[in-house]
Amino acid sequence: MIIKRTLLKTVAATVFTCIAMGSAMAADITGAGATFPFPIYAKWAEGYKAATGTGMNYQSIGSSGGIKQIRAKTVTFGATDAPVPGADLDKDGMVQFPAIIGGTVPVLNLDGFKPGELRITGPVLAEVFMGTISKWNDAKLAALNPGKNLPDVAITVVHRADGSGTTFNFTDYLSAISKEWADKVGKNAAVKWPAASSVGGKGNEGVAANVNRIKGSVGYVEYAYVKKNGMNFMQLQNADGRYVAPDDKTFAAAAAGADWFSVPGMGVSMVNAKGATAWPISTASFILMYKQPADKAASAEALKFFDWAFKNGAKMADDLDYVALPNSLTDQIRSRVWSQIQK
Amino acid sequence: MSMEASMSSSTEQSEAVTADSSQPNMVGIAKRQRFQDIVFHRLTQTFSLLVLLALTGIIASLFINAWPAFQKFGLHFIWRVEWDVVNEEFGAAISIAGTLASAGIAMLIAVPLAFGIAVFLTETCPTWLRRPLGTAIELLAAVPSIIYGMFGLFVFAPLFADYLQVPLQKILGGMPLVGFLFGGSTNGMGILAAGIVLAFMVLPFIAAVMRDVFDVTPPILRESAYGLGCTTWEVIRNVVLPYTQTGVIGGIMLGLGRALGETMAVTFVIGNANRMPTSLFSPGTSIASTLANEFGEAADFHIATLFALAFLLFVITFVVLAMAKLLINRTEKAKGV
Repeated sequence: MIIKRTLLKTVAATVFTCIAMGSAMAADITGAGATFPFPIYAKWAEGYKAATGTGMNYQSIGSSGGIKQIRAKTVTFGATDAPVPGADLDKDGMVQFPAIIGGTVPVLNLDGFKPGELRITGPVLAEVFMGTISKWNDAKLAALNPGKNLPDVAITVVHRADGSGTTFNFTDYLSAISKEWADKVGKNAAVKWPAASSVGGKGNEGVAANVNRIKGSVGYVEYAYVKKNGMNFMQLQNADGRYVAPDDKTFAAAAAGADWFSVPGMGVSMVNAKGATAWPISTASFILMYKQPADKAASAEALKFFDWAFKNGAKMADDLDYVALPNSLTDQIRSRVWSQIQK
Repeated sequence: MSMEASMSSSTEQSEAVTADSSQPNMVGIAKRQRFQDIVFHRLTQTFSLLVLLALTGIIASLFINAWPAFQKFGLHFIWRVEWDVVNEEFGAAISIAGTLASAGIAMLIAVPLAFGIAVFLTETCPTWLRRPLGTAIELLAAVPSIIYGMFGLFVFAPLFADYLQVPLQKILGGMPLVGFLFGGSTNGMGILAAGIVLAFMVLPFIAAVMRDVFDVTPPILRESAYGLGCTTWEVIRNVVLPYTQTGVIGGIMLGLGRALGETMAVTFVIGNANRMPTSLFSPGTSIASTLANEFGEAADFHIATLFALAFLLFVITFVVLAMAKLLINRTEKAKGV
């Protein structure tokens, strides 16, 4: 009996200690949302924890999930790939700012072509994904690639099967460049793919695997997957009429050309951005926070985290093939957006 | 703590009573035992009611969340051939067709194979091989479905495209009546590929159940039949199968249930195209894989339609199981059991 009591006391003490420790550690910053920036947010969180001892817990549950969570106030910040319209932000009393820039890249699997050798314009790319161009030796493709031997091979369109910010970014571009695409398909995290040959792969890795396997296929993935898998990509004509290859420089050029404060909530679509070297399918991923947060301390911690990430995170972003925001822009975010958040 | 204390004190009390006389003591024991029985009965009853509660809870929550979709499309939702997230035009026919077709193909392949495996293991297998083979099948049943999916995408699909789809299309593609089944692109994904991967997945379940039920056939029945000069097939056909019918059907239904609801393995190889499949090679989608793919980024009305799909999957599974039960009852009645 005595032994049992002692045991009980020990257990109670242990449980109590655990709870106490748990509440001490609960100061972690919490965020949820977009899947596209998850790798870099996780990397930043790791670096921030090492530097300051404060952890950041980010759940990549998808953009719409992130918006829902911040509206339900279960997290300190929400993250979304598709910017929330300014009117909605005002209604909810939230601010929005970009945190990271990346790019989506059309990839292909075609014998006889080296990476970046095939040139394409936006409208022709839209026709390929529409299914109206169904063979590689189509006259429109041949006209853009004079002197190249395009084979008589059927095109298989590979798209994301899961709803994703990458798909939103890509269809946002196709809608901007092709009226037919905007009318018939539109832009969303998941769309009704019109091409008769289209198949879906799960995640960037699923699309990459399918494109690498199916001869004559075409798809789109985040830039990191192009590099990681050594995939064949296309050179794409940008708004200035020049052909550009995707890399961190052309993504940054697209960001430089954007007029961030022209749209309420900084929700600028970077697709088809102006600039001689701008990659036309670049994208920013956004953060949502309350102007008058319920938990001011947590909100301040989250701002400290992003401040640290903007100052120290560029190298990590580079390692993961993202592009950090330029300093001129982060300064403006600090002075014009963060200043609205009550501390 | 307090409960233990009171229990131990009650024990002391009953011991004290023993010292007094034996008559009231017996009554005390009986009372206590009856009390224990009642507690035990109530406790187990609560546990089983919990299952029922969970089931009705799931059905109710699915239906409530799906209500906006049913409200907008009505029962038409079931046979509408449309899935357009942007324009909010939804219908379940494509997913239902993909689910039923892939599960159907899986059963066509898996049931005969599983039957053969079970017969070999219980009737003709040398004793030394029985255990390793049986264990291998049980291990196969324990492989997580994502492994089957990745195996399907990275290993099976390329081989399937080159060595099965292309020859099949060449040989059968031009034939009248069945030719259309083998049309379309040969990229290794689609309804048939999903069906085959599913077959490999459910095969160990069905085989393991069949082996177990074949094993419980009384040896005396089996040996009598052999004694009468029956061949192995005749013993299986006329003794083992009639005796184990219920278990065999149960095993098949277990496999079918898993095939209908399988998510990851199917998602990897079915092609995930929201179009009505027109041939065995054409990509399609199943209810479970649509749910897994689209739930993450779905919002508002889209979520309601996904709940409606989930509700329909529930109904399909329920109908299949109910039909199996009916089948078992009828065959048992026919046998006069």
